[in-house]
Amino acid sequence: MSDTNTPRPGLLRRIWRFVSSPSGVFSLGFLLIVGFVAGIVFWGGFHTALEMTNNEKFCISCHEMEENVYAEYQGSVHQNNGSGVRATCPDCHVPKDWGPKIVRKIKASKELYGHFVTKSIWTPEKFEDMRIELAAHEWERMKKTDSQECRNCHNFEFMDFTMQENRAAANHQQAIDEGKTCIDCHQGIAHDLPAGYLERYKEVVDQLIEDGDIEPPKPKGDAVAVSRYLDGPAAN
Amino acid sequence: MKQPALLSVLAATAFAFAAGAALAQSAGSVQSLRGADVTDAVPVEPVFHQEEQRFERAYRQQPPLIPHTIEKYQIDVKANECLACHEWSNSAGRGAPTLSMTHYVDRDGLQSETVSARRWFCNQCHVPQVNAPELVENTFKPFGQ
Repeated sequence: MSDTNTPRPGLLRRIWRFVSSPSGVFSLGFLLIVGFVAGIVFWGGFHTALEMTNNEKFCISCHEMEENVYAEYQGSVHQNNGSGVRATCPDCHVPKDWGPKIVRKIKASKELYGHFVTKSIWTPEKFEDMRIELAAHEWERMKKTDSQECRNCHNFEFMDFTMQENRAAANHQQAIDEGKTCIDCHQGIAHDLPAGYLERYKEVVDQLIEDGDIEPPKPKGDAVAVSRYLDGPAAN
Repeated sequence: MKQPALLSVLAATAFAFAAGAALAQSAGSVQSLRGADVTDAVPVEPVFHQEEQRFERAYRQQPPLIPHTIEKYQIDVKANECLACHEWSNSAGRGAPTLSMTHYVDRDGLQSETVSARRWFCNQCHVPQVNAPELVENTFKPFGQ
């Protein structure tokens, strides 16, 4: 027998042969239908598991979240307001689109490491020391994506400025003109701000501009006119 | 056989319901937990909103009143959100009045670039106004009246 002379192929090769060879038992239709149904079941299961980790209850199952940021969120406008609509943790902190959501979820595994291994924000004091770093991460993400999580509900184009406080309407118009995004002004709307937050925010923005992640700010209307005047007729 | 049985059940139910309703009517006024009669209108306490205007000062040294809401603005040992607009370095860009320069002087008369610690808590002196009835009687008259 020739079998006795040739050595038995390796495990990987045997698996590959099994997977790549056509089935001699099951019909093509059976395989298609079973594959299709299994696909639905597995995708649904994956999605369900993902959503289970994407709600407020899950977020505050860690004491770091429940005792610090969740406590601060109580009474904020996204938790308690006239219209009775609530934005919970994932509405602001997890992107809605599938790709960015998965990226965020993978990054969040570092938070598990922090919780179980390094315990980096285990006590309120430790959390307070880290607060500006944590906030800076969120500002960075928001600034990079034109405050995408805010935009899921709030949009400049859908705002009726006549229904806003005069001060708000004027500032929102200015924000459109200067190409600003929500987080440029609205830091700390749901959580306490750390000391030196404005300076740190400017650093975050400057870093993003330097890295080429965002466009540098548009010059303001007056600044354009002044520079045109200063440059003189030759520049026009 | 079935039809009459169903009818009699229906009739009995209707009778019981009518009798119950009549009994409830005759039992007198229902006690309300709010202390008002059930037929009385119970008005919701009015909500008084922030006044948005520049206020005249009632006397010369009066700290200017705040013409906008300051609800949820953080003013604590860590951060002061008022300064995001009213700090001298931010006010022009935000179209907001700058703090008085007296607020940059500490108790020894030394000037600094940042707000003096003793001026940090804005709402110790500056307050918003609401057009609501006063909670206690007040005989205050503005200067010159």
